[in-house]
Amino acid sequence: MAESKTVTVNFGPVHPAAHGVLRLILDLDGEVVERADPHIGLLHRGTEKLIETKTYLQAIPYFDRLDYVAPMNQEHAFALAIEKLMNVEVPKRGQYIRVLFSEIGRLLSHLLNVTTTAMDVGAMTPITWGFDEREKLLDFYEEVSGSRFHANYFRAGGVHQDLPDGLLEKINNFCLSFPKVVDDMETLLTENRIFKQRNVDIGKISKEEAVDNGFSGFVLRASGVPWDLRRSQPYDSYEDFDFKVPVGKNGDCYDRYLCQIDEMRESVNIMTQCINNMPSGEVINRETKIAPPKRADMKESMEAIIHHFKFFTEGFHVPEGEIYTAVEAPKGEFGVYLISDNTSRPYRCKIRAPGFAHLQAFNLLSKGHLLADVPAILGSLAIVFGEVDR
Amino acid sequence: MSSPIDLVVQTISEKINPIDVKIINNQIEVIIESSRIISSFQFLKDSSKCQFRQLTDIAGVDYPDRENRFEVVYHLLSFKNNLRLRVKIFIDEGSSIDSLTSVFPCANWFEREAFDMYGIQFNDHPDLRRILTDYGFEGYPLRKDFPLTGNVEVRYNEIEKKIVYEPVKLQQDYRHFDIQSPWEGTTYKEEEKDSNG
Repeated sequence: MAESKTVTVNFGPVHPAAHGVLRLILDLDGEVVERADPHIGLLHRGTEKLIETKTYLQAIPYFDRLDYVAPMNQEHAFALAIEKLMNVEVPKRGQYIRVLFSEIGRLLSHLLNVTTTAMDVGAMTPITWGFDEREKLLDFYEEVSGSRFHANYFRAGGVHQDLPDGLLEKINNFCLSFPKVVDDMETLLTENRIFKQRNVDIGKISKEEAVDNGFSGFVLRASGVPWDLRRSQPYDSYEDFDFKVPVGKNGDCYDRYLCQIDEMRESVNIMTQCINNMPSGEVINRETKIAPPKRADMKESMEAIIHHFKFFTEGFHVPEGEIYTAVEAPKGEFGVYLISDNTSRPYRCKIRAPGFAHLQAFNLLSKGHLLADVPAILGSLAIVFGEVDR
Repeated sequence: MSSPIDLVVQTISEKINPIDVKIINNQIEVIIESSRIISSFQFLKDSSKCQFRQLTDIAGVDYPDRENRFEVVYHLLSFKNNLRLRVKIFIDEGSSIDSLTSVFPCANWFEREAFDMYGIQFNDHPDLRRILTDYGFEGYPLRKDFPLTGNVEVRYNEIEKKIVYEPVKLQQDYRHFDIQSPWEGTTYKEEEKDSNG
């Protein structure tokens, strides 16, 4: 009787290369992966259900906890959804600040992902350099919002408060010094023989397959589809900025790495433009009742006190309707499908996480590769379980 | 010359015979019958005028008061026309709809999620298991009649030396404020006991 040669291995849920809590059931023939079955949901917190019971204002912090590597990008999608439903304009300065911090989020995400993936395939140094830079970026987060990760800074109608004095200068200094760090990192990785052996031609996916499998963001672009929501469906003021969209050719792990590196350079470029052209004025729309009143007004105006009280207890009402908005989050298209029923709580808030679609194709990507390639592929997809499990 | 959005709306209303087509907030919304799902999506994907090549998302929505309780909402994206399309199908609790996995491979997990969260059944789905909830989970959490706290809680039992599932015991009621009247707070278990004598 012929015996089956496949061995089933349980990878995770607590494995350092799983980038979180992924349980992978791998069928191996020797060292070759025959089938990979990702079991997800170990970080499922019921975000969508919780949001249904909170006011729109109270729902924003939940978005920080989705892709906790780049928190503000998620808030952005939700804020845009509310603004579109309520037909609210965001002041130019508010838009620019949101663009600035979205790009900081992109850097945060790519820095973490590129460097930890490099570590998974054996390069130890980039992570120490990358996290040094992340620390500086998190300081910027802290300066505007008071917290390093769970910022809760973006609001429907703008951002919570204006930038503190001197912050733009600090960010500008960062933008001047950061490209050098990317260059240094590239000297360690891009032409590195081991890094290339571990990444080139691994986890390859064609243009058509990438589209069919719901890929987005740099994973889609690495396969050669020039699609970036910042360019094709600009939101906030992205149409004002001049930036390139890096596109790959082969759709393998190496191209995904290169795309991320180039995107970091473009992000710095956008941030510099943002700082140089930062408009003055309000940061949140104060004409509608979407923002709380100013402290100074509350000292004198009864109306303002009533507004303040109603705003933080009852919340603002969003007219009946539904909308799908998407932003180009660092990991791909992050979408929010929001249904409102004219109360101050969302009726339904479906969150479309890019990582969910990427992880779904994991079987396709890893089939026929060696077990040792599994962490490399997983890392190249930039999976974060906060958003996959929601 | 008409804009791409009008052209797509016109094509859709001519070719796939939808129940309704409208443009809301500059997004196209189409309602179709559940029996025509496969052919409609195949057309939307392949037709040269539409080219909705990517399925972005599938969302379930629960309206307990309606005759057809569930809405299954599909979001499609056309790279060519730079357009998004929302397709809706209404179904009731007992019935099922055909799986889209043959047209869009990525429908697989999205449908598993809708099944997990709402209990919507998909015919011919290759692998309709729960996806986000725990192994052995009961109930459909995103339905409006599912309690926010869930039905069971988990703890480690020192005596049995294993994880046990128990019905949720709340020391204090969940604070579900009626936001229309912010003055009234929550009622506490102790108060309830007192008032009942």
